[in-house]
Amino acid sequence: MAEMMYWEGLQRAHDEEMARDPLVICMGEDIGVAGGTYKATKGLYEKYGPLRVMDTPISENSYTGLGIGASFLGVRPIIEIMSVNFAWLAMDQMFNSAAKVRYMSGGQLTAPVVFRSPGGSAHQLGAQHSARMEKVFMGVAGLRVVTPSNPKQAYGLLKSAVRSDDPVFIYEHELMYNMKGEVPDQEYFHPLEGSEIARAGTDVTLFGYNISVHWCLKAAEILATQYHISAEVVDMYSLAPLDRAGIKKSVSKTHRAVIAEEDEAPCGVGSEVMAIINEECFFDLDAAPVRVHSALVPQPYNHKLEMAAIPDHEDVVNAVLKLFGKA
Amino acid sequence: MKLEDKKRVLREMVLARRFEERCYQAYIERKIGGFLHLYPGQEACCYGVMEAARPGHDYVITGYRDHVHAMKCGADPKAVMAELYGKETGVSKGRGGSMHIFDAAHRFMGGYALVGGPFPLAAGIAKAIQLKGGDEISICFLGDAANNQGTFHETLNMAALYKLPVLFVCENNQYGIGTAIDRSTAVLDQFKRVCGYDIQASQCDGQDFDVVYEHAKKAVAHVRNGNGPYFLELMTYRYRGHSMSDSRGYRTREEEELWKQRDPVFILRDRLIDAKALTLDEFSAMEKDVDNYIENEVIKFAEESPEPNVAELEKYVLA
Repeated sequence: MAEMMYWEGLQRAHDEEMARDPLVICMGEDIGVAGGTYKATKGLYEKYGPLRVMDTPISENSYTGLGIGASFLGVRPIIEIMSVNFAWLAMDQMFNSAAKVRYMSGGQLTAPVVFRSPGGSAHQLGAQHSARMEKVFMGVAGLRVVTPSNPKQAYGLLKSAVRSDDPVFIYEHELMYNMKGEVPDQEYFHPLEGSEIARAGTDVTLFGYNISVHWCLKAAEILATQYHISAEVVDMYSLAPLDRAGIKKSVSKTHRAVIAEEDEAPCGVGSEVMAIINEECFFDLDAAPVRVHSALVPQPYNHKLEMAAIPDHEDVVNAVLKLFGKA
Repeated sequence: MKLEDKKRVLREMVLARRFEERCYQAYIERKIGGFLHLYPGQEACCYGVMEAARPGHDYVITGYRDHVHAMKCGADPKAVMAELYGKETGVSKGRGGSMHIFDAAHRFMGGYALVGGPFPLAAGIAKAIQLKGGDEISICFLGDAANNQGTFHETLNMAALYKLPVLFVCENNQYGIGTAIDRSTAVLDQFKRVCGYDIQASQCDGQDFDVVYEHAKKAVAHVRNGNGPYFLELMTYRYRGHSMSDSRGYRTREEEELWKQRDPVFILRDRLIDAKALTLDEFSAMEKDVDNYIENEVIKFAEESPEPNVAELEKYVLA
């Protein structure tokens, strides 16, 4: 096991897959000569050349469509969209072409394409560079959505996404590219479905994904040491499909649930997990589940307002205390 | 092109015409559901271009007026009709419908129903050809109205930038749904809009098979020889409405009559008669033969085929 940064895990996955298969390519804005805004494609242009590492114009919908069209012939493009906010522009091609082509062609065509895009609040990036929106992607039939919470997942999920015959959207986070963590030395494929227990516990389940897994882990530590509450943290690295069985298993054990997301609440991951809890294990609950989420505002520029808009580990702790009648 | 080949093309164009007219009837009878966009009037566009290209070898993609393009690539008319009937034996297994005809085995990469959506997909297919090093080209058939989408400009830019082997065929039928081109588009000659991207482009009559074929030969050769994209604008007209829900109140019967004088099937027929390669009687026999084939084989197959199994509703969502 070597310690590696999140971006290094992504870069390694690109490099290994491109070295193995000449039909794996990558494309996006500034990913080639400039080395990638988040360094996920660093050094690849020099190694694989402009035909396979394509610097694209700032035309999100059409370069996404170009990658999808190439994928119909067996090319496996990894498409970086610099910010998930810009991915709004590419939703037509992602949803109408990539996600539907397999179904509407009766299984004749498939779009083995990977979309990678970071979202989330970073440092005062303002309303049009801070949105999340994984909640929009996870409701589309024919599209897989995964979201790595650490370098190992970043590496292993991208590896698996490239090998998948389905279109996969990988939701990353602006603040996580320099996060360090252990990554296996050997080639590793992370499953595209399921969830994993990031910390075992007995009294309450904290559901997180991507950055909110870290709020949950920090909150679990505080709950254990200061309040003697044993919290289980479930890392939902797959948002589509959500791990119905994993959600049920954990909540059936702990009888309480908090779902933490950086996205706004309406129609979100929290809503969906709560619906699954309702459907799968309502009578196992000792208390009504609670959501921790952003305020329903376009992200403000002012730092204090920005911090007030997004949740953190303290909000998770407070949600748990409320569940136990201690807040 | 030899006269014998032209006779074959004429027969194919008659089949395309009668197939579409039969669809109209089946739609009235409620055998076909959804939206139905028919091709009569524009046949010389598809046949002129595809005779100059290599059907089944070159990749073709188009919008929702897609039945005829699929058949010209090699799709079995029976399987296309079965698709319109929503049957399991349809080209897209009854999951696609009229606007989503696919036949990957014949490299017909589909009909898509977002106007302008296929532009970048066509460029992507060309990108894959470029990476794999084949001699195929990607051909994208769309209407004039698609050129007002952002994907038109974004894709032309990338196609030129990456020198992709893609032929854009603009079938300019002069209406975007029910809005005349001069009410939606600042520049009426579509090929002129392409010069801003330094892409070779030309315009010609889209009603005369021979004219389309000659222009398409040059366009196809340009793309196949590695010179990058080409844009071919064909001036044409659709005799029916945009779709079946269209009563054509936005255009005059006089205008329609003028274009019917330039029917692509009759232009080719009369040329063959003038060349003494065909008689009117032969043509009538050809029509009858085609009608019999459509009725006794195509419609029969669609009628008698089974519907999809509801238990397989979610099949084909994910791999």
